[in-house]
Amino acid sequence: MEKFTLLKSTAVPLPIEDIDTDQIIPARFLKATTREGFGDNLFRDWRYHPDGSQKSDFILNNPIYKGAILVAGRNFGCGSSREHAAWAIADYGFKAVVSSFFADIFKGNALNNGLLPVTVSDGFLNKIFEAIENNPNAGLEINLEKQSISISNSSEVEYFEMDPYKKICLLNGYDDIDFLLSQKEIISTFEENNRYPFNPIK
Amino acid sequence: MAKTLFDKIWDNHVVNTVEGGTAVLYIDRHFIHEVTSPQAFDGLASRNIPVFRTAQTIATADHNVPTQNQHLPISEPLSKFQVDKLIENCNKYGVSLYGLGHPYQGIVHVIGPELGITQPGMTIVCGDSHTSTHGAFGCIAFGIGTSQVEQVLASQCLLQLKPKQMRINVEGTLHQGVTAKDVILYIISKLTTSGGTGYFVEYAGSTIRNLSMEGRMTICNMSIEMGAKGGLIAPDEKTFDYVNGKKYAPKDAAFDQAVSYWKTLPTDEDASFDVEFTFQASDIMPMVTYGTNPGMGMGVRQSIPEPIDPANRNSFDKSLSYMGLHAGESLLGKEIQHVFIGSCTNSRMEDLRLVADYVKGKQKAPHVKAMIVPGSKQVEAQVISEGLDLVFKEAGFDFREPGCSACLGMNEDKIPANEYCVSTSNRNFEGRQGPGARTILTSPLMAAAAAINGKIIDVSLD
Repeated sequence: MEKFTLLKSTAVPLPIEDIDTDQIIPARFLKATTREGFGDNLFRDWRYHPDGSQKSDFILNNPIYKGAILVAGRNFGCGSSREHAAWAIADYGFKAVVSSFFADIFKGNALNNGLLPVTVSDGFLNKIFEAIENNPNAGLEINLEKQSISISNSSEVEYFEMDPYKKICLLNGYDDIDFLLSQKEIISTFEENNRYPFNPIK
Repeated sequence: MAKTLFDKIWDNHVVNTVEGGTAVLYIDRHFIHEVTSPQAFDGLASRNIPVFRTAQTIATADHNVPTQNQHLPISEPLSKFQVDKLIENCNKYGVSLYGLGHPYQGIVHVIGPELGITQPGMTIVCGDSHTSTHGAFGCIAFGIGTSQVEQVLASQCLLQLKPKQMRINVEGTLHQGVTAKDVILYIISKLTTSGGTGYFVEYAGSTIRNLSMEGRMTICNMSIEMGAKGGLIAPDEKTFDYVNGKKYAPKDAAFDQAVSYWKTLPTDEDASFDVEFTFQASDIMPMVTYGTNPGMGMGVRQSIPEPIDPANRNSFDKSLSYMGLHAGESLLGKEIQHVFIGSCTNSRMEDLRLVADYVKGKQKAPHVKAMIVPGSKQVEAQVISEGLDLVFKEAGFDFREPGCSACLGMNEDKIPANEYCVSTSNRNFEGRQGPGARTILTSPLMAAAAAINGKIIDVSLD
């Protein structure tokens, strides 16, 4: 996994609440068996007409807004557990998603792919939306070490919460799986000491 | 210290604790399917590691399979490739597969319980958010992403922070025509689509106790639709009776031993929860959803409300505009074009018997396309053995073969744009049942009534 330390970028605003993973990547695009290429269909049905032409009023199709940070309304990523949603956002080029509330499974999936979910207050989220509305080139700075997010050329800064274990993983580019593999002996001992009294499956 | 059902199962499965309190949580049962597992197996291959405990992972093909002519090769090339990939991975890594054509194939959350793989006190995960269904047996069961599927395959463990705990009590007797589905849609409409986020929910109270195991599965299934990590219900005699005799259930002395352990699991009387809600069964009417998330639901005799939170106005208006509806409107008498009865929420025998009982001797409205998709091959076989397939056919319903089908619109079972589908599934998101499709979530009984009448009616008055 790629390391995440500091990110300075302009941002793309998507001020809609309860964006579910079916909007991020519709199920009909989940037939691929690799992790790559989902960015082409990110927000597919909001981004394109059925004939494949772009919907000009959708933010990703507006050349004024670009950058590595997606800023979205509260309860981002609810619904299906499909990790394809995190893959699609990362594959499109985003490195962080900012919202005032994230659905659990999406948050975990994002963290497992080096995509940083930054939870800010509703008030700070509105300040970010306003800053971008006033100036699409307004930048954001996310510092993972300090757990801070600030709006460039302003004194606006907020500190965000972060699971200490996941912070270490992101700062160093570690995967959970590396850690779990290092635990195999402890896991085997646990199994021996906690024999489930029931039949195995086969 | 007094413990909740959740605490007891959690504490029994903590292998180790790391930085910041994150637990290495042992997983008893892992279900996989064709859509969220291929990239996990690729991860194992790239690290050149095996599946750590092959006997504890069970595979089936459900999300991306056709619901007609399952005996023939899958005609859609990408779907065929994905299902073949699952077969290849299961063979390579030694994982049991109940694939297409197998008498145990079906929706992952239907087959686990019916085979007795799901048992009280277990930790169960699957790369599917409706894994919470298994919580009906008194399990910690939750959905995971593909990276976590890989972690469980590699280590039989997951890194997890202990969630907060919520108890939802439902008390009293349900009205005629009101079912488990209405209870959970009502709860979600009160707590909203994000009201349970960060929590694991225990459902309790006399209404929940009086539900069958299948009804309890419907309740736990939709826990994720209020954002909860999962939901569970204390195991009791109904649970033990359901598990007893199932293929993979413990037998004889082992079963008695298991039951005596399972009886220790319910929440201690003086245990506390981070938050607790109580609802009255008498307040619950047959439910319909009117928007594009499962929290946007109401009693069928109510009218679509104005948004509660003015800050939410844009999202609310976008949602109603997608649905072709407006605030103040009632859905009673609303003409519909499609009915879908199926999904991991409502495709079990009890659901289909209820539908058969309602439609027997009646005819669906001529303009409605109505589809019934059983949850598993075992459910399908039972339907046929009871002659209910003939009841469905005579009423004009299309009785299909098992799979997730039009719940998520991944295979060819899709609803056309701008048409209304009364669906017994779990999500009414934009485009969920096909681009532009308009989903109204209801119970199987309400869906059957909509098919017969060609419009939404109140089954409690029928």
